Amino acid sequence: MRKWLCVVCGFIYDEAAGMPSEGIAPGTRWEDVPASWACPECGVSKADFEMVQI
Amino acid sequence: MAPITIIGSGLAGYTVARELRKLDKDIPLRIISRDHGGFYSKPMLSNALAGNKSAEQLLMKSAAQMAAELNAEILSNTGINAIDRQAHQLHGSAGVLAYSKLVLALGADPFTPELAGDAADEVLSVNDLDDYRRFRAALAGKHNITILGAGLIGCEFANDLLGQNLQIQLVDLAESPLSRLLPPAAGAYLQQQLEKQGVTFHLGSTTQHVQRHGNGYRLTLHNGVQFDTDLVLSAIGLRPRVTLAQQAGLAVQRGISVNRQLQTSDADIYALGDCAEVTGYLLPFVMPIMQAARALAATLAGNTTDVRYPAMPVAVKTPACPTTICPPPAGSIGQWQIEIQENGLKALCVDDTGKPLGFALMGSANAEKQLLATQMPAWLV
Repeated sequence: MRKWLCVVCGFIYDEAAGMPSEGIAPGTRWEDVPASWACPECGVSKADFEMVQI
Repeated sequence: MAPITIIGSGLAGYTVARELRKLDKDIPLRIISRDHGGFYSKPMLSNALAGNKSAEQLLMKSAAQMAAELNAEILSNTGINAIDRQAHQLHGSAGVLAYSKLVLALGADPFTPELAGDAADEVLSVNDLDDYRRFRAALAGKHNITILGAGLIGCEFANDLLGQNLQIQLVDLAESPLSRLLPPAAGAYLQQQLEKQGVTFHLGSTTQHVQRHGNGYRLTLHNGVQFDTDLVLSAIGLRPRVTLAQQAGLAVQRGISVNRQLQTSDADIYALGDCAEVTGYLLPFVMPIMQAARALAATLAGNTTDVRYPAMPVAVKTPACPTTICPPPAGSIGQWQIEIQENGLKALCVDDTGKPLGFALMGSANAEKQLLATQMPAWLV
């Protein structure tokens, strides 16, 4: 499982945790997060996220 | 060919550059920064203390890394004093620099509160990464801090400071926090949640005097209330940086005036971000900057594109009371309907036909955020 960082606000999407509050189940891979999804912190689009090395 | 030149290395400047590079990998690009030129997330400055983050940790990429990634020349620590529009040249600390198209992404300065007293000029503000470094250093050993302004930044800093074992006072002229964005009932709810965590509010008055007192300061408000504090942080708002544009003869209102193509009154000069007023809209938030940057990048790449503003909810970083606000479009007239929930509050602004215009969601009401956001009218179609 990987983590992804929002380059704008620093929010981290953790695949293991998912985002149940946004309807994204734990374990959802980044590829499977809908393209319409936006950063819950700052609202930038999925395309503006970058992968974090872990 | 002279490069497309961006003045400013904040979110607006760097996002235009990043978006432009998605469309054109080779066109010469120069970015001029008056500071170090590294990339960091400004929104994180108001929630970084709780994570115990140093300024160095907040720096995501150095200017050199950005230059390599963007295939751009980045001039750090470079001031620009004048734009020679006729000659398409900039004058400043790096001498004379030619541009083909110019993008002003200058940002905004914090408002300086009008204060009397011998310590008026010791009031801090946090508007960039260097300010954050100074602020974090100044906090060491302090027990009591006062924040002037209970707007977005003031409330976020108050919440962020809660974990630092400090007494926190928030002072604002309005009767409730976030008064420009929230109806009073919702502001009062946010106030209650912050008060539960230990924040003290002084509302309905502003600070008149800041006097040195012991190792700290004595504050006197216009309503006569006096109290002592170790540190004063001002967060009373932002003033768009317009001087450079004004001196070059560009049209300026509250911000640098631009049309839907982010074009100023000079066809080869564009502006976006906190310094720009887009057909009357001055929106110093992340999402409008991203929208503007995408449109401008397309225009710079040769495909003239209007900026569109959908409804853009603003997330307020107050974990004591998670809050999302989607302000009604400018000029619209509506009534706020307040629904108090067990662990939250929902405020919906509707027009006289019942059509929703905007909302504020707090605590448990945030569950409706996604659904409601899709029902709100666009700000700029």
